[in-house]
Amino acid sequence: MEMSKWSVMMKDSPKMQLSMLLLFILASSASVYFLERSVTAFLLLLGSLLLLHYTSLSNRLKWIISLLLLVVIIPFATSGGTSQQDYMEVAVQTGIYIAMALGLNIVVGFAGLLDLGFVAFFAIGAYTYGIFASPQAAQLFHSDFFPLAGTWFWPFIIIGGLMAALFGILLGIPVLRVKGDYLAIVTLGFGEIIRIVFNNMDKPVNITNGAQGLSQINQPEIFGFTFSLASQFYFIVIAILLIVIIAVRRLEDSKLGRSWKAIREDEIAAQAMGIPLVKTKLWAFALGASFSGMMGVVFSAKNMFVDPSSFTLIESITILVMVILGGMGSVPGVILGATIISVLNLQILTEVTNFLTQNFSISDTLSPMKMQRLIFGVVLVLIAIYRPKGLITAKPKKVDPGKLIDQPTTDK
Amino acid sequence: MSNILSALPQVLVDGLTLGAIYAVVALGYTMVYGILELINFAHGEIFMSGAFIGTGLLLSLGVFGIAMPAWITLILILLLTALLTGLLGIGIERLAYRPLRKAPRLIPLISAIGISFILQDLVRFFAEFKTGNYIVTGTTLFEGKVTIPFSSIIGTFHNATIKNNTLILIGITIIIMILLDIFVNRTKWGTAMRAVAQDQETAALMSINVNKVISLTFFIGSAIGGATGFLFAQQYATIDPYIGFILGLKAFTAAVLGGIGNIRGAMFGGLILGVLEVFAAANLSTITGGVIGSEYKDVFAFTILILVLIFKPEGLFGKSVKEKV
Repeated sequence: MEMSKWSVMMKDSPKMQLSMLLLFILASSASVYFLERSVTAFLLLLGSLLLLHYTSLSNRLKWIISLLLLVVIIPFATSGGTSQQDYMEVAVQTGIYIAMALGLNIVVGFAGLLDLGFVAFFAIGAYTYGIFASPQAAQLFHSDFFPLAGTWFWPFIIIGGLMAALFGILLGIPVLRVKGDYLAIVTLGFGEIIRIVFNNMDKPVNITNGAQGLSQINQPEIFGFTFSLASQFYFIVIAILLIVIIAVRRLEDSKLGRSWKAIREDEIAAQAMGIPLVKTKLWAFALGASFSGMMGVVFSAKNMFVDPSSFTLIESITILVMVILGGMGSVPGVILGATIISVLNLQILTEVTNFLTQNFSISDTLSPMKMQRLIFGVVLVLIAIYRPKGLITAKPKKVDPGKLIDQPTTDK
Repeated sequence: MSNILSALPQVLVDGLTLGAIYAVVALGYTMVYGILELINFAHGEIFMSGAFIGTGLLLSLGVFGIAMPAWITLILILLLTALLTGLLGIGIERLAYRPLRKAPRLIPLISAIGISFILQDLVRFFAEFKTGNYIVTGTTLFEGKVTIPFSSIIGTFHNATIKNNTLILIGITIIIMILLDIFVNRTKWGTAMRAVAQDQETAALMSINVNKVISLTFFIGSAIGGATGFLFAQQYATIDPYIGFILGLKAFTAAVLGGIGNIRGAMFGGLILGVLEVFAAANLSTITGGVIGSEYKDVFAFTILILVLIFKPEGLFGKSVKEKV
């Protein structure tokens, strides 16, 4: 009785929700700050973003709070202990994955095209910056102009995105004539082709340096300041991520976004309504790929190294799992899915493994870190059977019919 | 040029061996696709499980010190492997595909990918648990090889050597294909299968038990796929849990090449793809003057897939189907 009263009160009053949320943020960030290294506290702090999503505050307030959390509170809270860089490493990786998952969400979630080779675009972005900002380019073009200095990183975020988009279109033109299931196979093949090509392009002309990969890639630089630590890259990632999220949000209900959804629901009907199929699908491929390409540039600049082994099929599937788990077509869902899977991969599995090996001396074979494929597989099957719409179902934008009627018609 | 020609007999032998494997695995894809219009992503993994189950049985025979004539061992293991992988196939269908038969088409594909990952990891786990390494090397039942004297027929050819295992592999896969063809075209159950592939609802009205037919299809496809997995392990000696994925993809290419849903097409598609791939692996670098080497043989296979899907999606032997609204 007492509980239900409480929940009714919480539901009705945004003020109550806000104060509870602030309390929660305060508690979790304080524990992240003061505890030496606590994954649980860090997860709770991240969880406050999810709580925020479920409050009934106004959209504007939600944006302000989440920005405060991401830009001020999280960086400050993690700076308390010695493991700041560990936390930030996880945050940066998660951010990269979120952007990629949002890109894939355009292709799979909005346009309904199953792409199993998505990591190829990430690879293209990473190699675009990697080749020109490392000694590789100097050797390739016999010019002292290369390697490009770190200040070139900024334009290269755009260039990497454009390159990936270009490849998205080049791939899309032949491939998009292929229907549904076949598309999955073809994109899977394309992903493998890109990896094999990067792996072997060290001869006859050495472009990618083959399996050894590119090293000594320059770090980003601005006004003489060099970004080298994870906690510094964090802000680059957050900035790109914000742009990506705003772009996706705007796209979702635009004419293009509605065309994607129409194609997803029924291709033939959409075509009959005058939607150009190939052009619309190409836009999905290009835009989705460009997010991935931008993050590829960040990835290579952060690691200062790229090699083909970072772009295997399992990476493509990982991103797909994020989209499916979160909810195809649902932006908050995909962000949640990407966060869950990357934190699971980077922190929880490692922690559990450490815990088990220390306390139970289990064999290496049993270690949960190796079970990644099993876990992904189980997640995919369970989601497909029990919750095909994901954790946060995509909500179509509500349109008020009354407003539509009041609008003046143009064809008078 | 003369290099290419003189190596041709060996290329053909190796190509047909690989092609026979592709062909049988392609049958599994094509049968399931014909009936459910579903790409059974897990089929490559069933093939891989077959390789491990067969090799495991063979190794444990050695452990228990049971000695039998090699051909009896071979037949016993093949039958057992086929039975187990067939049941695995039925189980997968029940668990991951049947609940989704009415779902949008993307969803069963996703659960198929999930199953494929689960199988890979389970096999890795068991292999590592038992042997300490996920790459397993089996013992071979038939040692020895035969040399076919091509050079005595035409002087420019070199001789081709062929392992006894390879002869057995080709022989058994041919028997499998003939038996399957007879089964599908001549028996009552085969007729039921074709009927369900053509029109599920009408078939159901004709008192065909659709669910049973689908289970049977999965059983047969998986059983022959698994048995071929064991033959593969015998042929190439080392296996790992990840052999199924790329091989499955290529077998699927073969099925598409032959016209998906078309059983005889899949057999020819497999053989053609196998020969083409081995030819490419052997000669790409000679033809392109060293620019593109044999590392690109997978790229070559995928390129074929993409080209076929774009220009002739109905395959070499398939009928083109107009989409109905």
